[in-house]
Amino acid sequence: MSAPAEKARPVSAPAEKATPVSASEEKATTPYARDHRVRERPLRIGPASWTVRPRSAAVALVLLAATALLTALGMRIGDIPMSLAQVVGAVVGDGPDHFVVMELRLPRALTGVLVGAALALAGAVTQAVARNPLASPDVLGVTPGASVSVVAVIVATSSAAGGPGGTLATLGIPLLSLIGGLVGALAVYTLAWRGGLDGYRLVLVGIGVSAVFTNVKYWLLTIGDVNDSGRAMVWISGSLNGRGWEHVVPVAIGLAVLVPPALLGARSLDALRFGDDTVTGLGVRSNLVRSLMVLAAVLLASVATAAAGPIAFVALAAPQVALRLTGAARPPLVVSALTGAALTVAADLVARTAFSPVELPVGVVTAVLGAPYLIYLLIRARRKARS
Amino acid sequence: MSASAATARPRAPGRAGTVHSRRLLVLAGLFAILAVAVMLSVMVGAKPVPPGDVWHALTAQTGTENDIVVRSLRIPRTAVGVMAGVALGVAGALMQGHTRNPLADPGLLGVTQGAAFAMVFGIMALGVTSLYGYIWFGMAGALVASAGVFALGMAGGRGGPTPVTLALAGTAVSAFLYALTSALVLMDQRAMDVFRFWQAGSIAGRDGEVVWQVLPFVAVGLLLALFNAPGLNALSLGEDVARALGQNITLTRSVGVAAITLLGGASVAACGSLSFLGLMVPHLTRPLSGPDHRWLLPYSGLAGAAALLLADVVGRVVARPGELEVGVVLALLGAPFFVALVRRRKPVRL
Repeated sequence: MSAPAEKARPVSAPAEKATPVSASEEKATTPYARDHRVRERPLRIGPASWTVRPRSAAVALVLLAATALLTALGMRIGDIPMSLAQVVGAVVGDGPDHFVVMELRLPRALTGVLVGAALALAGAVTQAVARNPLASPDVLGVTPGASVSVVAVIVATSSAAGGPGGTLATLGIPLLSLIGGLVGALAVYTLAWRGGLDGYRLVLVGIGVSAVFTNVKYWLLTIGDVNDSGRAMVWISGSLNGRGWEHVVPVAIGLAVLVPPALLGARSLDALRFGDDTVTGLGVRSNLVRSLMVLAAVLLASVATAAAGPIAFVALAAPQVALRLTGAARPPLVVSALTGAALTVAADLVARTAFSPVELPVGVVTAVLGAPYLIYLLIRARRKARS
Repeated sequence: MSASAATARPRAPGRAGTVHSRRLLVLAGLFAILAVAVMLSVMVGAKPVPPGDVWHALTAQTGTENDIVVRSLRIPRTAVGVMAGVALGVAGALMQGHTRNPLADPGLLGVTQGAAFAMVFGIMALGVTSLYGYIWFGMAGALVASAGVFALGMAGGRGGPTPVTLALAGTAVSAFLYALTSALVLMDQRAMDVFRFWQAGSIAGRDGEVVWQVLPFVAVGLLLALFNAPGLNALSLGEDVARALGQNITLTRSVGVAAITLLGGASVAACGSLSFLGLMVPHLTRPLSGPDHRWLLPYSGLAGAAALLLADVVGRVVARPGELEVGVVLALLGAPFFVALVRRRKPVRL
């Protein structure tokens, strides 16, 4: 494998002695040598340097290809069915399908990719800060805050005014969701701060605040007309239906601004895996790092939720899937984002084709696709641990 | 044990005795709070019943209006509340102990979403309409879902499921079932109408029949929980230590999961989704009991029942002439209290 390029470490000397043939492939296959296989390589660009894990890079490339393929497949579907070649031709060329693809299908597909990536990244950061695999932007108050405000408006406006039409639907609901999400997160953050930001306290306060929002949402769903409840349920599930460039742009900007600092903070996230004393001993300002990382997660999740609603399960599952695909010690950021994008796009593809012509909201399908895969990974990891 | 401690250190038995009596004192205090909650739950409502009339209805009923209100409405409702509260409190403490995760609630085992899916399926496919029909469907769904979670958590490995696999398998199965339920209710308005009220959680309108349907499950669940407590104490030291201490890990986990399933399934079937109660109560009682599950479980049961009844009483009063669902009140009152407690003292870690 990649081992021969690296200098043999002194510990692996006995293994070499035992097999005087010194065939490097053979050395790499013995379990002893496999322990010393290169897992991280340094990557330096000017003054900045990272460690890159070959396995993560390979997984990332596969996911990127899968996302691109699934996106293209998703863009075939619609009133005018197209072949894959026609889709690609319409994107690059100027044929009759150019408008349909560029103005209707591409923005919808891109919204899915970007929202999935943003939610998964937010989830990965949250899980790393909270050191808890069950943490997600729900615990930060973002998605419950957004949900309750949107449901409140849908229930309040619809019966009287004939439904939230026009400006309210296109501009009002995303804006409302954004504000609701940020207010929710602010509530969690201020209540959790007490001379510092402790991951454990953050999670517990988050549960409390989320419970209030969620149960108010349940109550709002019971007081309105059942049709309004149904419409609110579609938004709560998360839907990509009718998403245009006005939804793509904010999420793209959010990712462009927030991904670089999140990646720079990744090394500090590694340190946060240890106890507070160790973190401080390693020279990481834990409160600052936690606050900044939580802020990044909140902003990512809020922007994504505003665009497509709180698509279920992506933020929670994608980091855990990525963790198991790469074999890393904490949810990897880039691979999580790519997993989230692939999962969301795949779910949208299924949501539109499975019960055609009925289209389900994408958030209903993410869990149906993601949950079995996560379970498969869990079982495989246990089987490997046994053998 | 206290005898050997007595020979080693003369002061030890006295101190151990103090701890013991303090624990009993807390237990008595929780009982007293629950008793007050029960009284309030029987007396307060759309038609207030004075204590004398309650006594009259209990001992020598003559068919007056208050007798009927107390015997056919208030007492069954209170009994369902006590059972569901005890069940959720104990199940929550067990769940957090077994997953060693403060975010765990009884629903994490798939109980809540399993029940929801089975009920919605029953309404849509088989035209079930009565509440009692829903209860059996909910119970069956909860049992199947949590058995599935446990099997998945066990799959591929030796010994019981680890805390992380159990928690993640439960989350995955719950999310899967919730997705199916959402898809169904989005396609069927009648199911949606039942589901949205079920989701809010309520103990209103439950009669004596429901009490007897749910009681056996809760009773067996509590018994299993009681047997599970010492084993869970050993498991919380880590699986290796527990194994070294002679614990059968698979057995302990299985008994724990069975208890959570019965308790969580019964309460979910009878009252709908009240997950936050099971999540919150152990965090409130753990500072009182410490990490010892032999005390944490009874404390959580009593506190759960008291919290549920008090929230229900508040829900009857605040939105006159209507009522606010107990699940909503629990979150609105319980969550601020919970947050304040978490902020005030250093949370007791699992």
